[in-house]
Amino acid sequence: MTDSNNPTPQTQGSAAQDAEETQEGPIRATDPLATTASQEQITAEIVEIETEYRNGVAAGKPVEERPRIDYPPYRSSLLRHPTKSLALADPETIELHSPAFGHRDVSWVESDLTIQHNGDPIGERMVVTGRLLDGDGRPVPGQLIEVWQANSAGRYVHKRDQHPAPLDPNFTGTGRTITDENGWYRFQTIKPGPYPWRNHTNAWRPAHIHFSVFGTAITQRIVTQMYFPSDPLFALDPIYQSIVDQDARDRLIATYDHSLTSPEWALGYRWDIVLNGSKRTWTEPEEGDH
Amino acid sequence: MTTLAATPGQTVGPFYGYALPFEGGESLVDRSHPAAVRLYGRVFDGNGAPIPDALVEIWQADEQGRVPAAEGSLRRDGYTFTGFGRAAVDDNGMFSFTTVEPGSTREGALPFFSVIVFARGLPDRLYTRVYLPEAVDSIADDAFLSSLGERAATLIARRDARGDLVFDIHMQGDDETVFLEHRQKD
Repeated sequence: MTDSNNPTPQTQGSAAQDAEETQEGPIRATDPLATTASQEQITAEIVEIETEYRNGVAAGKPVEERPRIDYPPYRSSLLRHPTKSLALADPETIELHSPAFGHRDVSWVESDLTIQHNGDPIGERMVVTGRLLDGDGRPVPGQLIEVWQANSAGRYVHKRDQHPAPLDPNFTGTGRTITDENGWYRFQTIKPGPYPWRNHTNAWRPAHIHFSVFGTAITQRIVTQMYFPSDPLFALDPIYQSIVDQDARDRLIATYDHSLTSPEWALGYRWDIVLNGSKRTWTEPEEGDH
Repeated sequence: MTTLAATPGQTVGPFYGYALPFEGGESLVDRSHPAAVRLYGRVFDGNGAPIPDALVEIWQADEQGRVPAAEGSLRRDGYTFTGFGRAAVDDNGMFSFTTVEPGSTREGALPFFSVIVFARGLPDRLYTRVYLPEAVDSIADDAFLSSLGERAATLIARRDARGDLVFDIHMQGDDETVFLEHRQKD
């Protein structure tokens, strides 16, 4: 577990002296196209895109299972998404495999975000658990799952987070685990709070936990966000709404499960993660077999 | 035939920096390794400005083209080649890995690094490939690269004066990097 608040690796020294590097001006602290749009404007854009999408599906266009990478209501995406279509590629050897992670990489204590400091973190103690499945519904054991989240007040332990909410000295908000032989993962943590961001005026993110997931093929890699049921901010949030299909969006919402709640201790949430495809769907093509 | 719909992705957001990067993430081998090479470059947005909050992952075969199966990427022991690297870019959008050049994983196949790009403002991860500079002579023989026409050049690393590999990633613009959609069989 890194204890650094700095996302920057140690590359500046040699990089700055490297003849290959071109010099650019100082980077801007905010996005050039970030606007002072109101929530009403952003919501209107969200609704317009979704209405157009629904009409398209009704007229026979395909269902979109993934977020749109071109989603203007999420303002910082404007200059950061590819404008040309993705190139269709048959996965080749290395892409049919994925890095091996195991208990050499991750200690069991890393799945409990509430015991990383001397005292108990403040907030609603909760457990989130579920299974990692392939597209056939079969459990995927032995895979790395990483999580990170804000504390109960909606503040991240990150120097770029300037939200004036308190840091919790007993909560860092990062965890890791390896799925067990039946594909299960389980984290104990504190329910994260919603927090403001600067996409538009009075923009707030619904409470969420970031998940990073590996599968048996690198093409199954997922980085996503898990949300909580019935969040009133869903309709207002351009990141959640970048998935334009309601059924697809719903797959990011955990289910409250009272059978996972333990008396006088913690609330329980269930969230399964489904990787695209299945392990047996691809075999290495013979040479010339394209 | 797959039966369950996949969980959709979401942006990595701005705050992964204290969670995903790990010590030694950019060093697949020690720089004293006899075959050590640096793979580095910058990530640019549609205005040509560096993106300071992107995260790059690489996954690769070893020099002999063997697919690594060893654990230990997150806690490197300095001896085991795991094939996986992760590097956050710096404030100039620069990422840098120390690794070895991958070998061909099967006879006649062009070796490449599999690369995943994440960034704040990027609603989902993007895949690309970094081919070695020598691939430039074999584009016509490679079904995938030849399907890309002129844009194939965006996937081929350049060799700098020290013999290291340079690969810039352009999210948009004339030099927009080719990003991949892997074909699913069902």
